[in-house]
Amino acid sequence: MSRRITGPEIERLIQLLARLPGLGPRSARRAALHLVKNREKLLGPLAASLKETEEKVLVCSSCGGIDTVDPCTICTDDRRDASIICVVEEVGDLWALERAGALNALYHVLGGTLSAIEGVGPDDLNIPSLISRCGPGSPVKEVIIAVNATVEGQATAHYITDRLKDFDLTVSRLAHGVPVGGELDYLDEGTLSAAMRQRRPF
Amino acid sequence: MTATLAVNRITLTGFRNYAQLRLDTGAGSVVLTGPNGAGKTNLLEAVSLLAPGRGLRGAPFDELVRQGDAGWAVAAELEAATGPVKLGTAYSLSDGTGEAAGRQVTVDGLAQKGSGSLGHHTRILWLTPAMDRLFAGPASDRRRFLDRLVLAFDPDHSTRVLGFEKAMRERNRLLAEPHADASWLSGLEVELAARGVAVAAARLAAIDTLRGYAGKPTESGGKPSHFPWVMLTCEGEVESLILAMPAVQAEDQYRKMLHDSRRADAGAGRTLIGPHRSDLSVTHGPKDMPARLCSTGEQKALLIGIVLAHARAVKAGFGGLAPILLLDEVAAHLDAGRRHGLYGELEGLGGQVWMTGTDRSLFEGAGPGATIYDVNHGAIAVHGS
Repeated sequence: MSRRITGPEIERLIQLLARLPGLGPRSARRAALHLVKNREKLLGPLAASLKETEEKVLVCSSCGGIDTVDPCTICTDDRRDASIICVVEEVGDLWALERAGALNALYHVLGGTLSAIEGVGPDDLNIPSLISRCGPGSPVKEVIIAVNATVEGQATAHYITDRLKDFDLTVSRLAHGVPVGGELDYLDEGTLSAAMRQRRPF
Repeated sequence: MTATLAVNRITLTGFRNYAQLRLDTGAGSVVLTGPNGAGKTNLLEAVSLLAPGRGLRGAPFDELVRQGDAGWAVAAELEAATGPVKLGTAYSLSDGTGEAAGRQVTVDGLAQKGSGSLGHHTRILWLTPAMDRLFAGPASDRRRFLDRLVLAFDPDHSTRVLGFEKAMRERNRLLAEPHADASWLSGLEVELAARGVAVAAARLAAIDTLRGYAGKPTESGGKPSHFPWVMLTCEGEVESLILAMPAVQAEDQYRKMLHDSRRADAGAGRTLIGPHRSDLSVTHGPKDMPARLCSTGEQKALLIGIVLAHARAVKAGFGGLAPILLLDEVAAHLDAGRRHGLYGELEGLGGQVWMTGTDRSLFEGAGPGATIYDVNHGAIAVHGS
């Protein structure tokens, strides 16, 4: 057992920081030290910001995204094309797509993927709410399924496609294949054959 | 001097019966002799952990920890395809502070995600006494053997197999439920079919390559070997589909088969059709006899023949670099003629070979580049020093 080098309050801060993704015990100690050193410039504002976020954070009842208002900023943005819904696994994926600025549409966050082994079924994900968003009378014309290319992600994509097949809308999914700037020689066979299957005319 | 792939130095810490060991081998071959239980195979196992996977015994990592130690580490300096490289792998037992037990892998000091990246630097093949029953034993052993052969050609094969097995476990679990969702099942079957066909196709491609090196000498045009040539096939429903039609069509067909066997699979509690049930069939070429019916000595010769052919095939596909071969207790089971034949073929291959045996006299003629070491209770010395 190592000797204690700070009081319990700072130890606690280090322990909590170490639980953040991407931080280990070492980097948590460094972050804590930096915060404590910059007490007024950083530690105080961070504490206030954490407190405020904790009080106000909400899950959007329409899309499952995270915001401080419900419905969220994206769902109420009337400059977005409401006829397209892009389905993602997690909020992080939504943010990634928004950073890319790849589309100007609405989103739907599933909150995970189907996994029989982990006991996650369709009703444990935001799938029923997706179905009702696409139901009769809705403006939705296209659903883009943008889930990960993993076993669970793709099984979930097939499932959603099947559930939406009787609706009057197009279901599309992200292309799999050659990455931008990629060289064919370095691609694995799975990616190459997916790219070949999904080839398109110039 | 042509480029070689070789372990130049290996350091073991808390590994099996080695508290601490450093061995500077140079690029030459290594012969380890000593009594039973001295730790010869343990050292080969340490080398085998420099390749992706669980090593030549396939043992759980916590069993490799020396008694009383908190973990093990294997570090090595290699002459690899990409130039000199330092590889390290370590495992620490859970220390009770909530930090999970796990294996770490480093390449030139940089932490890697999983052991797969080791496959980009090394090719290590092995033959152990535990594989002697390969032809007579269960099909699962032969499948694993075949997948290791494939992996040496194609480091991505393990990802493919893992993906297939994951989709299969998901489907099996779902089928066990009273009212399994049909759309969900279909989704999993699409994935299962795509990955299953990829696994089977990679196996067939590897066997096809191997045939050129292990098949009938007149066909391959190679020198006559001291080990019998073999006929290799991979038998299974999905493999048959791939041989009969284009892969995309085979995928559709396999998906339909899965769909139709839902009821049977649910009853059996497992998936009844797929590459996870395939078998590697080996036939003694000159005798036209299934390998499992051959004598014990012949089976060993067949196995060595396949491993040598595989090594030559890997060499051809890996920039002319011969793989590192780990041959555990191989010499003892061969008559003098075959033994010298083996040493001759190993020399022709030109790679680094690690061999073990209890009797030093068996290694006469093992080649001028080989160093003989005495192994005794976790300590190693160059013989005669």
